[in-house]
Amino acid sequence: MSFLSPITQRRLAQFKANKRGLYSFWIFLVLFTCALFANFIANDKPLLVDYKHSFYFPIFVEYPETTFGGEFETEANYRDPFVQDLITQSGWMLWPLIPYSYNTVNNDLPVPAPAPPSRENWLGTDDQGRDVLTRLMYGFRISVLFGLTLTIFSSLIGVAAGAIQGYFGGAIDLLFQRFIEIWSGMPILYLLIILASFVIPNFWWLLGLMLLFSWVTLVPVVRAEFLRARNLDYVKAARALGLSTPRIIVRHLLPNAMVATVTFIPFIMNTSISTLTSLDFLGFGLPLGSPSLGEMLSQGKNNIQAPWLGISAFLVLAIMLTLLIFIGEAVRDAFDSRKATQ
Amino acid sequence: MTKPLLSVENLSVSFQQGDQIIEAVKSVSFTLNPRETVALVGESGSGKSVTALSILQLLPYPKASHPQGHIYFEGQDLVGLGEAPLRTIRGNKIAMIFQEPMTSLNPLQSVETQIGEVLQIHKGLTGAPATQRCIEVLEMAGFRDGRARLKAFPHQLSGGQRQRVMIAMALACEPDILIADEPTTALDVTIQAKLLELLKDLQQKLGMAMLLITHDLGIVRKMADRLVVMKEGNVVEEGETENILKHPQSPYTQRLIHSFPAGEAPSASPTAPLVLKTEHLKVIFDVREGLLRRKVSEIRAVDDINFALKKGHTLGVVGESGSGKTTLAMAILRLEKSQGKIWSCGQEIQDLSPKAMRPLRRDMQVVFQDPYGSLSPRMTVSQIISEGLVIHGLGGTKEERNSRVTQALLEVGLASDVHNRYPHEFSGGQRQRIAIARAIALKPKLLVLDEPTSALDRSIQIDIINLLRHLQSAHHMAYLFISHDLAVVRAMSHEVLVMQKGKIVEHGPTEAIFTDPQEKYTKELIKAAFDLMIV
Repeated sequence: MSFLSPITQRRLAQFKANKRGLYSFWIFLVLFTCALFANFIANDKPLLVDYKHSFYFPIFVEYPETTFGGEFETEANYRDPFVQDLITQSGWMLWPLIPYSYNTVNNDLPVPAPAPPSRENWLGTDDQGRDVLTRLMYGFRISVLFGLTLTIFSSLIGVAAGAIQGYFGGAIDLLFQRFIEIWSGMPILYLLIILASFVIPNFWWLLGLMLLFSWVTLVPVVRAEFLRARNLDYVKAARALGLSTPRIIVRHLLPNAMVATVTFIPFIMNTSISTLTSLDFLGFGLPLGSPSLGEMLSQGKNNIQAPWLGISAFLVLAIMLTLLIFIGEAVRDAFDSRKATQ
Repeated sequence: MTKPLLSVENLSVSFQQGDQIIEAVKSVSFTLNPRETVALVGESGSGKSVTALSILQLLPYPKASHPQGHIYFEGQDLVGLGEAPLRTIRGNKIAMIFQEPMTSLNPLQSVETQIGEVLQIHKGLTGAPATQRCIEVLEMAGFRDGRARLKAFPHQLSGGQRQRVMIAMALACEPDILIADEPTTALDVTIQAKLLELLKDLQQKLGMAMLLITHDLGIVRKMADRLVVMKEGNVVEEGETENILKHPQSPYTQRLIHSFPAGEAPSASPTAPLVLKTEHLKVIFDVREGLLRRKVSEIRAVDDINFALKKGHTLGVVGESGSGKTTLAMAILRLEKSQGKIWSCGQEIQDLSPKAMRPLRRDMQVVFQDPYGSLSPRMTVSQIISEGLVIHGLGGTKEERNSRVTQALLEVGLASDVHNRYPHEFSGGQRQRIAIARAIALKPKLLVLDEPTSALDRSIQIDIINLLRHLQSAHHMAYLFISHDLAVVRAMSHEVLVMQKGKIVEHGPTEAIFTDPQEKYTKELIKAAFDLMIV
């Protein structure tokens, strides 16, 4: 561990000392890894097909039905009993744990959709006959990925804006501050709804629209750090050494601001996820049919007679946000210099 | 012999830090008699402040603990005494003054409220009688018109005045014991002298006993009847002040007494070329008010300064806080906007753009006062020192650069195995050596030293002064040496420039200034400073 500076080592120890945060971090990491590989856990295509002694990988490659002796030139539908028969006659298929993808409709439901939990659909199906567990898994993935991407981008912009304001101060700072005050006074959710009705929202559109407003979160903290640190003796010493402004900012000031940034990141991520969920819930979010927790919640609201919809979506959302908050608390502890001396 | 008012017996203090237990005070015993002043003397880390704080049980318990020992006051053991009985003693029978007048008063409350609080808690005084008593103690503490100061807020008072308010607060309940923890360290010498006189005077008038905590033997000689010398948590020596100062027994006390900056600057040729020259140098800060930030007045922090500095020479800049000496240094380094002309190494640098200025910076380096703030905590020693070399393209390959870093470290007296360590692993004196190494690694022609010894203990100050003198004679650097400490300036400089409120009061060769000062202000400064000296 000698490559880590002693400060980093101390912070790591501090993070580990917060047991709740540490366990949350591991649980979250496991869940997130599972979700990243959701395609291999829940999919309507087999992992591996052995047909006439050669192997096929339907998850990676699209094979037309004719490959397996079928009739259509279109991609094989492996859930079709006809195709299944064709393959099993001269080979075998290895299915994922859950043989549904997020948009697979289970047509063999014994009851009208939404169907309650059963051996086939562990958490039941939604009102279009799609597997709830699968959709939750994919929904979790898209939420976390969306949150992460938004957090990374808004941190980049926020840190840069805060750095410029804090380092140069004066008129630049004043103008920027007023602009941010006006900008953050906007009713964000309404604006997003209006903007989302101009375009057909997809992942990147929504990301861009939310980025317009979410970058301001970090600006005040980074600005304050820079304002404080630019007058520290070691920054003065760096200027006296002849360092250029960008180099001073990157080498001497940014590490200070990173503390504030890293502390904020889990909380920004939480906000991003919640905003995406609310948009989805209202129907202005991700395109129709995409797996999203907000859409699951709205189905739960519309089908109050099918509690497995609302409850399971709620639990996933609540657990995810809680884990992130716990991790955030542990990170905050890790960077708290007062705590370290206690 | 009278019964002691306060007796500390075998007191130990430990701090729990992570898994470590640090023993700050190890079995210390001393007594304090009525009407007597005892001084606890020692350098930083000697445990003197911790001892004082444990008398009032003000340490951060339970992180701090007393493995053994007793503190008897009026027959009661204060160690482990409950909060409620302690509160009747704190501020009432034993009062305390802290070092930092800037932070020891509540900035949101007026002087009257803060003193009144003490009176209300301990004496039950409110309303008119409380106000009357406030005025009384303020006047006792040396304010001419106590009534006028009642409504003042701390930010409206100077450092010295705040410390007087602290004294007034401490005296409000006429305590039996006054604990003064470095009461004048943060103040200018002239104010320091007045406050010490006031404290001594009040002590006699009120018949208090005083426990004075200080690192300054000059203050001890002036104030204390008896003296307890502490080192690393142990009592090294104790006895009558006169006795100890004249015949110190332990080597540590001897070193404390003799660690006084002496000697003079290394000789330098009077015909050496000019390194730095200023003409009509001014730094003016605008005072802006109102919505439109209109300029209402200006502060002339540096006002019309002319001087010349030759190669290998040292110019000492002396002044009290607020005299503009640090601003002058920053203006010369072009880190602060200024007007007037500056020549560095024969080149006019005032009008150069920041970019054109950058290559010239290797010739003019700076060492700051605070060795804790001037080194980036996230960089290793080697990164800190080599940064300048990298910027200026010096040293070529990595190996050459490393050898230059090692050489700079050796020159400042640090072993070369410190390369990959971080600043926080070093003591204050060592950090200051690292800061000096960073500056001299560039082989500058001018070194600006902004109070480089002020944050250090006396004995370490001597080491740093010797180091700086040695470096000067080896490399013929010119020093601009800024300090409020006249003794240090005398030991370092060829010429001295006395500043007050941004202006030059007096300027001349060091010996002439110190032996035959012309101006009234200079005389006052020198009197106040050398009055406190031991030898």
